[in-house]
Amino acid sequence: MKVTIDNIQVEVEDGSTILQAARKIGGKVVPPAMCYYSKLKGSGGKCRTCLVKVAQSSAKDPRPMPKLVASCSTPVQDGMVVQNLTSPEVIEARKGIVEFLLLNHPLDCPVCDQAGECDLQDLSFGFGMEETATEDERREYPVIDIGDNIKLHMNRCILCYRCVYTADQLTDKRLHGVLYRGDVSEISTFISNAVTNEFSGNVIDVCPVGALTDKTFRFKSRVWFLKPMNAHRECTKCSGKVAAWMFGNEIYRITGRKDQFGEVEEFICNECRFDKKSISDWVIDGPRHIKRQSVISANHYEELKKQSVIKPIEGFMEKQE
Amino acid sequence: MGGKILLTNIDIPGIRGFDVYRAHGGYAAVEKALREMSVAEVGTEVNRSGLRGRGGAGFPTGLKWSFLDRKSDKPRYLVCNADESEPGTFKDRYLMQHLPHLLIEGLIISSYALGVNTCYIYIRGEFKYLVGILEKAIREARQHGFLGERILGTGFSLNIYVHPGAGAYICGEETALLESLEGKRGNPRIKPPFPAFKGLYGCPTVVNNVETLATVGPIINMGGEAYSKYGRGKSTGTKLISACGNINKPGVYEIEMGLPVEDFIFSPEYCGGISNDKYLKAVIPGGSSVPILPADLILNTVKGEKRLMSYESLADGDFVSGTMLGSGGFIVFDEDACIVRNTWNLTHFYRHESCGQCSPCREGTGWMEKILYRIEHGQGKMSDIDLLVRVAKNIEGNTICPLGDAAAWPVASAIRHFRREFEYHVKHPEVVKNIHHGAIELNAELMGPDSGTGIKYW
Amino acid sequence: MGQNNHIHHHLFEKQNKPVKFSGSTLEVVHQLIKRYPEGQQKSALLPVLHIAQEELGGYLSVDIMDYVASLLNIQPIEVYEVATFYSMFYLDKMGTYVIEVCRTGPCAISGGEQILAHLQDVLEIKPGETTHDGLFTLKEVECLGSCGTGPVMQVNTEYYEKLTPGKVDKLLEDLREYANQPKPGDSTWVEKFC
Repeated sequence: MKVTIDNIQVEVEDGSTILQAARKIGGKVVPPAMCYYSKLKGSGGKCRTCLVKVAQSSAKDPRPMPKLVASCSTPVQDGMVVQNLTSPEVIEARKGIVEFLLLNHPLDCPVCDQAGECDLQDLSFGFGMEETATEDERREYPVIDIGDNIKLHMNRCILCYRCVYTADQLTDKRLHGVLYRGDVSEISTFISNAVTNEFSGNVIDVCPVGALTDKTFRFKSRVWFLKPMNAHRECTKCSGKVAAWMFGNEIYRITGRKDQFGEVEEFICNECRFDKKSISDWVIDGPRHIKRQSVISANHYEELKKQSVIKPIEGFMEKQE
Repeated sequence: MGGKILLTNIDIPGIRGFDVYRAHGGYAAVEKALREMSVAEVGTEVNRSGLRGRGGAGFPTGLKWSFLDRKSDKPRYLVCNADESEPGTFKDRYLMQHLPHLLIEGLIISSYALGVNTCYIYIRGEFKYLVGILEKAIREARQHGFLGERILGTGFSLNIYVHPGAGAYICGEETALLESLEGKRGNPRIKPPFPAFKGLYGCPTVVNNVETLATVGPIINMGGEAYSKYGRGKSTGTKLISACGNINKPGVYEIEMGLPVEDFIFSPEYCGGISNDKYLKAVIPGGSSVPILPADLILNTVKGEKRLMSYESLADGDFVSGTMLGSGGFIVFDEDACIVRNTWNLTHFYRHESCGQCSPCREGTGWMEKILYRIEHGQGKMSDIDLLVRVAKNIEGNTICPLGDAAAWPVASAIRHFRREFEYHVKHPEVVKNIHHGAIELNAELMGPDSGTGIKYW
Repeated sequence: MGQNNHIHHHLFEKQNKPVKFSGSTLEVVHQLIKRYPEGQQKSALLPVLHIAQEELGGYLSVDIMDYVASLLNIQPIEVYEVATFYSMFYLDKMGTYVIEVCRTGPCAISGGEQILAHLQDVLEIKPGETTHDGLFTLKEVECLGSCGTGPVMQVNTEYYEKLTPGKVDKLLEDLREYANQPKPGDSTWVEKFC
């Protein structure tokens, strides 16, 4: 099937979505996706940031679709013509969506662990307005724990449902979910003292914002001061392939390895994530590739050349005195 | 005036019971369909009738049925949408309360036509008292051989079950309804896939409104052709209109499509005019989600033609000067009604009823409610009015389901037609803080010679 | 009304008190489950929660919801998610009579706001509160689908229409009188499904 997105043609398999086609092209053509996660069945369609315009439905039916469609959940047709950044309508709608997403967001990036690797930050940078039009108070929820190692800041949540799908599909007993409805919906366990599951930590990796954070890493460091390294260990529960975030020889946190679309390559177990923080637990494979645009890329080098410096002459300093 | 099709026998004492209903020609349509007609012939009659969905969208019923995936080897389902929750609409409730067997009859024939053996009536939980009425009617029909195994000795079997909701307007949206029927939160599904292919339990499903299904029996009795002679143009047949608000005779009326709006409001046979001898100010003709129109535009189109009670005529002028027939929830406002307060009231409703799944609706409905609350309570700014228009525009068309549109349209149309009233609220905070209904001073100002609102029926 | 920005959803505690339907109710519940295809027993959740709320104390405690989850063989969180979504389910203890006044458009323009104000005056509570004697809980609800006979309110799922302050006073008087007796003509969810 041939699809054209922002004037670039690509060939994709039958049954692909517009977003998958765009990801095949890559680059700026890819619409931002805050709720869709290719590894989570049923995800997508909710945040509406990936709305695009279908200028031509198919080769057979050249009519445009009447409304903007969510690219993550709309299947492609042969000969479909899609506009993402080339449609002013899409840009306008996306600006509106970002405004909605930020409406009740606390904008507490300076104290948020997710800052620097936050999809909502990136989205706001791309499509947000300089000023807010709202003068109303923002929603406020109490901060709660989801198990021993995960902190939930509901104020920051954009209700993407990714963590719910993760718990549903990765763990045998889901303990948290979306409660209540409308603009007072919240992610919660409903009852106190809920315990965690071996794979529950993955909700941190799938969270596009700073709603779910790792308590073993909370306030320890800004992510851009750390260097993400590929690391692995023998693990009976998961593949043991992780990203170790290091400062010097210290491991500050462990996460899954994220691909260019911000999705983890493989889900990892809680033991690897929360309990193995010593350098001796891991085999360090080398630095991870980081996009130059990312703030995390500051001070991050994929390789270090051999140190070649002139050594001071022995005893030189003493002579000077 | 036109004849009645659905409510012909409603005044007969005891018509709610099987025996009286049967004695007055009830279940003849089931006998005719199951004994004399093929599955395809029933579909053809419904197609010919031009019947359109009575729940609000007005989508042709025959066409909807034709989409059903008949190739699938999974069971098929028919779900009756009795989650009537659109403010201003109470026709299905009336129909089920008085003529439960008319609905059962329609369900049997429709199930036969669709090849369905299990049918659910999803009724809003607040209508608890109707659950008993429907269950009783189902029992009676079963006792008389119209439900269960091998109905009337044919090979066709059907079971109907009543399923109560529990207080969620969103479950009137068909995919949210299916989710709710599966015991989940009423979150609308992302489409495609459509219910015709993947509906209840992932099986091919048709969801139809109570009134739509109740009309199927009479269509089989009289023939699709004869039914289509009622009404006007593509708005065939009759429609139940539930009229409420500031009128002398609120209630449910069956009208032939094409009745002039003016006649409907002012004729003693229907609404009987505005209560307390007041003037007509505005009407929301199709349930709270459709655009509000001021008196002059609801009675006449901008072309100067009389506006009629039909899908096409009410929509004449699109959203600039028209509205929609919707579910037929006809809400009338007299001269004392405060459009700002009413609009705020409705945004409160949509904020409360948003499922919260997609961001424009979840955040947008709440935002509009807050802004309108401020304006209505004397804390508004002029810029708030344009902000409302912008927020409504950012919601419209960008959501998973039509609730976003339903929340945006009342706000956009109220500002479009009654902007001065919003401005008045901003300019006179002290007045509007104290007077909620019947902002008399405001009326006086608006009714002045240079009012410019075009409300000539004042 | 209006601007509630501070969300007070708190975490609930499991009391571990034994809860159980009576034998005859359990029979109805099993019949209800059979209405849905095999493996789709979760479909019976809403009707069963209605019955549970009505028969096990007027609201859905964590214990009750966990019990319902075990009956339907689903995870407790699936019940919490549903119970918090639908407005007819209560999560906290309610008064003997839950008075729910329709606040939406058509009722509001035909006197619903006055009825609510009157109830607040007479019962001396605000929407969401319960009287000190535990008899009445006042709530605002959205459209009850009875717009032609507004103003309307529900008392424990029973409709009262075309209300006036006088009618409301009379009704409250009657309710107080009947408080300790089973309500005449009252019909339960279990009866509806029989």
